[in-house]
Amino acid sequence: MLAVLLLTAFTFITLDARGGTGSILDRVRETASTVLGPIERAAAAVVNPVSDFIDGVTSINSNADRIDALEADNDELRRQLLTAPLDQSRVDELDKLLRVSSLGGYKIVPSQVIAVAAENGYAQTVTVDSGTRDGVHRNQTVLSGDGLVGRVIAVGPGTATILLLTDPAFGVGARLAVSGETGFLQGKGRDPLGLELYNPQAVVETGNVVVTLGSPNGRPFVPGVPIGEVTDVIATPGGLSRLAEVEPYAQLTALDLVGIVIEPPRRDPRNALVAPTPTPTPTPTATASTSASPSPSPSPSP
Amino acid sequence: MTFSRVILSVLLILSAAVVQVTVVNRLPLPGAGPDLVLLVVIGLAVVVGPMAGASIGFGAGLLVDLMPPTATEVGRWALVFCLIGYLAGQIQVDAKRSVLIVLGAVAGLAALAALLFAGLGLLFGDPRISGDLVVSTMVSSVLYDLLLAPFVIPGVMALTRRTAINPTLA
Repeated sequence: MLAVLLLTAFTFITLDARGGTGSILDRVRETASTVLGPIERAAAAVVNPVSDFIDGVTSINSNADRIDALEADNDELRRQLLTAPLDQSRVDELDKLLRVSSLGGYKIVPSQVIAVAAENGYAQTVTVDSGTRDGVHRNQTVLSGDGLVGRVIAVGPGTATILLLTDPAFGVGARLAVSGETGFLQGKGRDPLGLELYNPQAVVETGNVVVTLGSPNGRPFVPGVPIGEVTDVIATPGGLSRLAEVEPYAQLTALDLVGIVIEPPRRDPRNALVAPTPTPTPTPTATASTSASPSPSPSPSP
Repeated sequence: MTFSRVILSVLLILSAAVVQVTVVNRLPLPGAGPDLVLLVVIGLAVVVGPMAGASIGFGAGLLVDLMPPTATEVGRWALVFCLIGYLAGQIQVDAKRSVLIVLGAVAGLAALAALLFAGLGLLFGDPRISGDLVVSTMVSSVLYDLLLAPFVIPGVMALTRRTAINPTLA
């Protein structure tokens, strides 16, 4: 039996080898391929995913690594996207601070607010990240790009505490930018600032800009920093002074970057810092000058 | 009070005070926000008892008084928290573990702390304190403290209890 089978196989080989094209075995082969081909294809369709899966299982670690790497990339890109506006606002704030310091001829230390006092302590104070190491001392003026923020009341090597101008313990000598009338401005907690003008006949209207009067040697207050605008004038018939309410320019509830004036200007910048709304085109050479050129509206010094 | 409890108290109060000024106070919450240090002091004192509670409260208050940004006299919060710690320690004697009693105590003590602090301010001539401001501050701080208490006090109590069982912990 075995011999028969072996012989048959041998015969086939011989026939195939010697037959050339068109031999009977070729035809057998063709038939076989027409039958078996579709079966193989079907089988492949079933098997390939499985083998892919097995390949996948064996390489699952490297895939996981790749997913991790992609996720990390994704997170980083998303973070950049989210923080872009934040960075931009930081740049804008710094720009405004720089503008104020160059217009007023001040030397300022930009500082970041790092801590805020609890409201149940009633005091309105914040801590910033600059201290004696940066030249900050007690009783220096603190301003933001918008206007006066407060003054330094305590200082450590790397931190300083600022009393905000809305705190009822805060007071500052003030001057109306337009008329030059002087007075005293006090924080009132949640209410607008209270301005008391020493001249009972003083003309004061809503919208008038209030700036700091300035202290000797610029401490605690440098002159000419915008504080806010008069929002209400309180009628005090027969009173010895004029009373008005002032809304501060600085955004005290969302303080982020502030500047501490470590060197006062050599001369009063007058109204150089007041927003130049009335002048149509403020040329930088006319208003901005570190040597404090004469103010656009020279107000009589009281 | 064991040494490990002292360490634990210092760590908890310090982190509460730092989180308070750098995170909680910067949130734009209407009214006065929650007082984390107060909650931690209550949580510690309820476990350790009145005398230790009073000293913990004093230390915590002193830290709050000294921590920038501060503008009030040193010792005001120390006095307030010392009393709060003592009273919270008394509660431990009455009720062992009732959540409701602790929450009630938080409400009462938060209100007391606000009143006491404002009263001391009036006594020392603080220009910032006015009647309606005190009332609104008290109401809002009681509400916020109650809201946050279930997340802070059980954890603080559990940690403090564990230090008693295993003194090497913490």
